[in-house]
Amino acid sequence: MSRIVFAYVTAITLLIISIWCGVSIGSVHIPLEVLWNKAADETAANILWKIRMPRVMLAGLVGASLAIAGAAFQGLLKNPLADPYTLGVSSGASVGAVMTLFFGISIPVVGLYALPIFSMIGAVLTMVAVMTFARLVDRSLKMETLILTGVIFSSFLGSLISLMIALTGEELRQIIGWLLGSVSMRGWPYVQMIAPFVVIGSLMLWTQRRELNVLLYGEERAKHLGVNVKRSKYLILAGGSMLTGAAVAVSGTIGFVGLVVPHMTRMIWGSDHRHLLPLSFFNGATLLIICDLVARTIIMPRELPIGVITAFIGAPVFSYIFYKQRRSKGVRV
Amino acid sequence: MIVVERLSGGYEGVPIVKDVSFTVEKGKILGILGPNGSGKSTLLKVISGILPATTGTILLDGKDMKAYNARTLAKKMAVLPQLHANAFSNTVREAVSLGRYPHQTGFFSSWSELDERAVQYAMAQTGVTRYEHTPMEILSGGEQQRVFVAQALAQTAEILLLDEPTNHLDIAHQRQILDMVRKEALECGLTVIMVLHDMNLASLYCDELLLMENGCMRAIGAPHEVLIASQIEEVYQARVATYAHPEIPKPQITMMPAASKHQQRAVIVKEDFKITTDYIQLKSNIPLKTVSSAVHNPGIGWYDCLVNRSVAGDYIIKDVKREVAEFLQREHFSLTSTVVMLTAVSTELVALNEYKAPFGGIFVVVTAGVGKAVDVSRTHERQDEPYIGTINTWVVINGCLSEEAFFQAMMTANEAKTKALQSENIRDELTNTIATGTATDSLLIAATQKGAEMLYGGPITDVGKIIGKGVFETTVQAIRNYKMKHRS
Repeated sequence: MSRIVFAYVTAITLLIISIWCGVSIGSVHIPLEVLWNKAADETAANILWKIRMPRVMLAGLVGASLAIAGAAFQGLLKNPLADPYTLGVSSGASVGAVMTLFFGISIPVVGLYALPIFSMIGAVLTMVAVMTFARLVDRSLKMETLILTGVIFSSFLGSLISLMIALTGEELRQIIGWLLGSVSMRGWPYVQMIAPFVVIGSLMLWTQRRELNVLLYGEERAKHLGVNVKRSKYLILAGGSMLTGAAVAVSGTIGFVGLVVPHMTRMIWGSDHRHLLPLSFFNGATLLIICDLVARTIIMPRELPIGVITAFIGAPVFSYIFYKQRRSKGVRV
Repeated sequence: MIVVERLSGGYEGVPIVKDVSFTVEKGKILGILGPNGSGKSTLLKVISGILPATTGTILLDGKDMKAYNARTLAKKMAVLPQLHANAFSNTVREAVSLGRYPHQTGFFSSWSELDERAVQYAMAQTGVTRYEHTPMEILSGGEQQRVFVAQALAQTAEILLLDEPTNHLDIAHQRQILDMVRKEALECGLTVIMVLHDMNLASLYCDELLLMENGCMRAIGAPHEVLIASQIEEVYQARVATYAHPEIPKPQITMMPAASKHQQRAVIVKEDFKITTDYIQLKSNIPLKTVSSAVHNPGIGWYDCLVNRSVAGDYIIKDVKREVAEFLQREHFSLTSTVVMLTAVSTELVALNEYKAPFGGIFVVVTAGVGKAVDVSRTHERQDEPYIGTINTWVVINGCLSEEAFFQAMMTANEAKTKALQSENIRDELTNTIATGTATDSLLIAATQKGAEMLYGGPITDVGKIIGKGVFETTVQAIRNYKMKHRS
């Protein structure tokens, strides 16, 4: 038990440190004291509260969402390579988001939330389509089949987005940069836009933490052990898609966070979902805050899209997991 | 208690299991047998609710299974399917703890004392406690299998369904798992239904067996009612034979491999016998099926070397097993394929005759020490210490005998021996009545088991007639040899 306490203490400590680094490091250094004393340095306080803090918060929420969704998808599909990005769910969410902008859709009551809602719908539909198609190809849903299907859907959906962009004028060009994945220049409204969905989606997944542990042994075994498999599956897919949709709506497609974070967490702290889910949540936030920090400082004064950094870390990790899974015997492939 | 009534079911509406009915009382074990593809596992899946039942009902303690939801069903009935490793690592303890899932309810429910006890008990019963913190993927297939049994046990359900629980296990662990299952059934009233491939294990551990054929019930009942050779041969399309378990009253079954085409010379000839001053020996090219009351390797078995060893009259009979083993090693005989008899008579007094017959023929070998002959109807008057007599009789048959023919041949041979003593007027010194044998006579029937099987070996059968004549004549000859020697 103390090991697990240590895991949480470490994760939260790292998160606090990363938040502090995220808000203080940059072209203008921000001293610590402005956090509680605005008067100490008016300009610095403005930069901190108006620019850097929302950016760090957004990065944290996006990272946390993608990581916990990835952990849940991997558990449900018993597939260590599954994450919102590799499954094509992120692309689906992007299509939803771009369509909202393209057609100028707005729903009176939801207002600000139209964008994330359509992203989520895109995510859910893609998830269903990918799963259905993969199952048609191969009933046993092998690891490779699912990922390959995800890649195919990603390409297809990507081309849809390109088409939509080509058909519009200048105003959507900016979307290209956004699609590459970025959390810059978003501000507090975006944090508000995503926050409720992050909370609801994460809670949905967290209620399924024990079911996920059992589902690792397959749906049949889970049924034997008394899991309402259908309900669990819907909750996990819905929760994961909600988190992915919300993340994509505010930051575009940021790849591999949902792959790298759960994998690292599992490697260090074990694959008990009761802890894997919350730990992935915290660690995902930490990782994306740090990635964003690197993205905006490494070639200052210019910025890299954050997706570049995550892919730079994520692709090798993906290769490593794939290699290890294929090499180790006794693993279903 | 589980009652299955007229159950049919299978994949996608196509019934694989058809019209199956049975009842398993609380604390009883039902074994499901059947060839590959006979619907054993499908039946278990229908019972466990993984596959739909098209018709029929399943009652758990009188209540229809459909009335249970997933969680309450899991508390009532635990299932161990055939499992495969998964892509993520759990420790053994974590894996076993999952068996407590149905007992953990509510949003924040925590690990209770009861959960902990159930997990500890399950791990102890299956012998996996010492792997508690080991990751599953490091364990061997057999160890993983035991962990899954522990997982099912931790569920503390009243009914346990097992699909080949002894897969991948060596016999020590097969025994451990099945002993444990039986103990749970006997002591805790666990009701068990298990699919087993191994008919012998099923016979040993199950109270009742259900034999499946093409998705239907072929037979149900106690092991001895189901494991009937002819029935098993029909269902499995393989030649089998049944035999008794050496210790417990349950039938065992063994398969009969197809006969090999390259057979060695399968006939015993006179040149196969050898007589030295120490022993008379028959060395056969093929193992002979042998029934005997010999000193070494007695009973029923397959042996290719028979030895009748001459020992001194003061031979110490108490340590005979060890001494004979030492003798065999000294003389470079195989311990496991040699049958040994002892006689106090010297080997030159042996009588050895060959008798031809349409089925092949027999050899009879007799050494007869009749100095201490007794009348068996009067031996209750004696208080002798055991000593070596002895009339040793071998009947070696070039032919094939059924089980009963072997025992009838023994009776026939023994009667012929007694008749020879009578005709030679050998008397019991104490009672002065006609002797029937000596105190330590040995008899051996060996057969090549080639050619047409002779079902019976009584006195008026082909083989019985020749045994009667042969043993009588040869024993008379051996007694005369003995008398000649001891008169001079």
